Amino acid sequence: MAVLLLADVNDGALATDAVAKALSAVKGLGEVHILVAGTSAAAAAEAAKLDGAAKVLHADDAAYDHGMAEATAALIVSLAGGYSHIAAAATAFSKNVLPRAAALLDVMVISDVTAVVDADTFERPIYAGNAIQTVKSSDAKKVLTVRTASFNAAATSGSAAVEKVSATADASLSKWVEDKVAASDRPELTSAGIVVSGGRGVGSQSDFALIEKLADKLGAAVGASRAAVDSGYAPNDWQVGQTGKVVAPTLYVAVGISGAIQHLAGMKDSKVIVAINKDEEAPIFQVADYGLVADLFNAVPEMIEKL
Amino acid sequence: MKVLVPVKRVIDYNVKVRVKADGSGVDLANVKMSMNPFDEIAVEEAIRLKEKGIATEVVVVSIGVKQAQETLRTALAMGADRAILIEATADVHTDIEPLAVAKLLAGVVKEEAPGLVLCGKQAIDNDMNATGQMLSALLGWSQATFASELAIEGDTAKVTREVDGGLQTIAVKMPAIVTVDLRLNEPRYASLPNIMKAKAKPLAAKTPADYGVDVAPRLSVVKTVEPAGRKAGVKVGSIDELIAKLKDEAGVI
Ligand SMILES: Cc1cc2nc3c(=O)[nH]c(=O)nc-3n(C[C@H](O)[C@H](O)[C@H](O)COP(=O)(O)OP(=O)(O)OC[C@H]3O[C@@H](n4cnc5c(N)ncnc54)[C@H](O)[C@@H]3O)c2cc1C
Ligand SMILES: Cc1cc2nc3c(=O)[nH]c(=O)nc-3n(C[C@H](O)[C@H](O)[C@H](O)COP(=O)(O)OP(=O)(O)OC[C@H]3O[C@@H](n4cnc5c(N)ncnc54)[C@H](O)[C@@H]3O)c2cc1C
Repeated sequence: MAVLLLADVNDGALATDAVAKALSAVKGLGEVHILVAGTSAAAAAEAAKLDGAAKVLHADDAAYDHGMAEATAALIVSLAGGYSHIAAAATAFSKNVLPRAAALLDVMVISDVTAVVDADTFERPIYAGNAIQTVKSSDAKKVLTVRTASFNAAATSGSAAVEKVSATADASLSKWVEDKVAASDRPELTSAGIVVSGGRGVGSQSDFALIEKLADKLGAAVGASRAAVDSGYAPNDWQVGQTGKVVAPTLYVAVGISGAIQHLAGMKDSKVIVAINKDEEAPIFQVADYGLVADLFNAVPEMIEKL
Repeated sequence: MKVLVPVKRVIDYNVKVRVKADGSGVDLANVKMSMNPFDEIAVEEAIRLKEKGIATEVVVVSIGVKQAQETLRTALAMGADRAILIEATADVHTDIEPLAVAKLLAGVVKEEAPGLVLCGKQAIDNDMNATGQMLSALLGWSQATFASELAIEGDTAKVTREVDGGLQTIAVKMPAIVTVDLRLNEPRYASLPNIMKAKAKPLAAKTPADYGVDVAPRLSVVKTVEPAGRKAGVKVGSIDELIAKLKDEAGVI
């Protein structure tokens, strides 16, 4: 059977890394058709380059441009007939849309899949990653979101055909008002090779600039703990953890972060973890490959200077 | 306008989770259970809407074991008016799937006719992040997930959502389902007098059969295991040593 893979499109641009990782996760399940919803022809063309995509379905309608759940879920349901699996990267966009589509199809959704065992069986973390559960679905169609940090991105040397699909979207339930998205030259948090994160220990929004400076020196993305976001030191989209983003970079540097399980849930699969904390008992040291017990206000400037 | 808030009883977020030796799941016998933290935020928001004169009544509902009564009493002590317990299982280790929960909640919505349902964004036990969206689909209502700001203006709810790139604001037609994120508010603690008063507030007991819903799961648990552990590494004495290790030993910079 075939897989319908819903693509993330942000402001007309394909979230290539997320879609490419989700594609690797599901390509063993059958022929993959990528669904690009919205008016961006560029996003559809970009999706067509992903290796392993048999074709791209482009629902070229402005009703889908802001990823509104009601219209997008209805679109998926209208296309669902020929597919055994409906999948997407586990992003804020698809976590909004896919459970809605699943309920309309009267099937369960399987969120945050970290391994595909077979066509019916999937692994997913529960309890903030403190347990990994293997679940088997008895539903006729499987609807799943895939945790991108667990898969490698498909290459972009393909050239699949782009086919237009039409659907009538009912846009009366909800209206997009605005997006507040900060433009940044830094790598994206979930695909960066290096992430530098700051916690409550950083102490203020102005001192968070230190974390950003270190990140820029390393060519890294910037992350934060929930406490740092709640305190207004960092924006919400930088939060790493159980209820934020899950990252698995080659190098994760945690500065002034204690290492609560909810934070560890978002970064403990990083290849190398560095912790800088002035409390030698901080739990973050239990997962860190390299720990430095130091005041961050001395250590971070020194590190910036010596790199 | 009536506001309905589904609240789930989950393992307390401070408890260290242990996987059962037979791989059937997580050990929930004799561990501290609490209201799902996101649901505390939803209850708080509902109470604030009532304090502002926008909501007239706050009804809380929980689906699960009989002990979920305690969770409902907590919500009543915070300020909810009335509670409904749908006892769907007698075994603390049986979790009801979001699709079944959503079907039961749809039944409650038909009876209670709320103008707004406030759900948590996710339950911190199974982290499925699905119930609100599924309920919204079953009702054909509008949905606004991951809310960090909520303003009700006539028959529309203006909701700011936490999304991957930052924040998104949408306007949804009421009645609506809103799922709440961490930064919507800071939930209050129940005062002792309110805890006492909550004991006298109405709590209705129901079963899935009252709503004609089959709660049989669609997913079966094949096994549950502990994740591969990470070992603590070494402590370094200086930034120079750290940089040297990262360059020469780990080769990551
Ligand atoms: C439902 C729920 C969901 C949650 N989701 C998340 C999530 O997704 N992500 C997340 O991160 N958290 C999450 N949390 C919160 C989590 O439980 C912790 O409260 C949070 O991670 C703590 O952040 P922190 O480590 O920055 O702060 P703290 O725990 O306060 O730690 C600060 C650390 O900084 C150190 N420090 C202080 N000053 C200095 C200095 N000058 N130099 C060096 N070190 C210093 C201290 O020693 C301390 O270890 C969640 C909680 C709940 C209940
Ligand atoms: C120990 C254990 C045993 C399990 N056993 C089985 C099994 O035998 N069969 C099986 O198929 N699956 C089983 N599961 C998996 C489980 O059924 C689902 O994965 C789970 O329901 C996911 O949803 P969630 O609670 O995370 O909901 P989410 O969708 O994350 O919850 C979001 C919000 O919905 C509301 N909500 C959710 N649930 C309730 C509720 N019960 N009452 C009131 N409001 C609620 C709350 O507002 C909550 O904040 C088991 C899981 C565990 C941990």
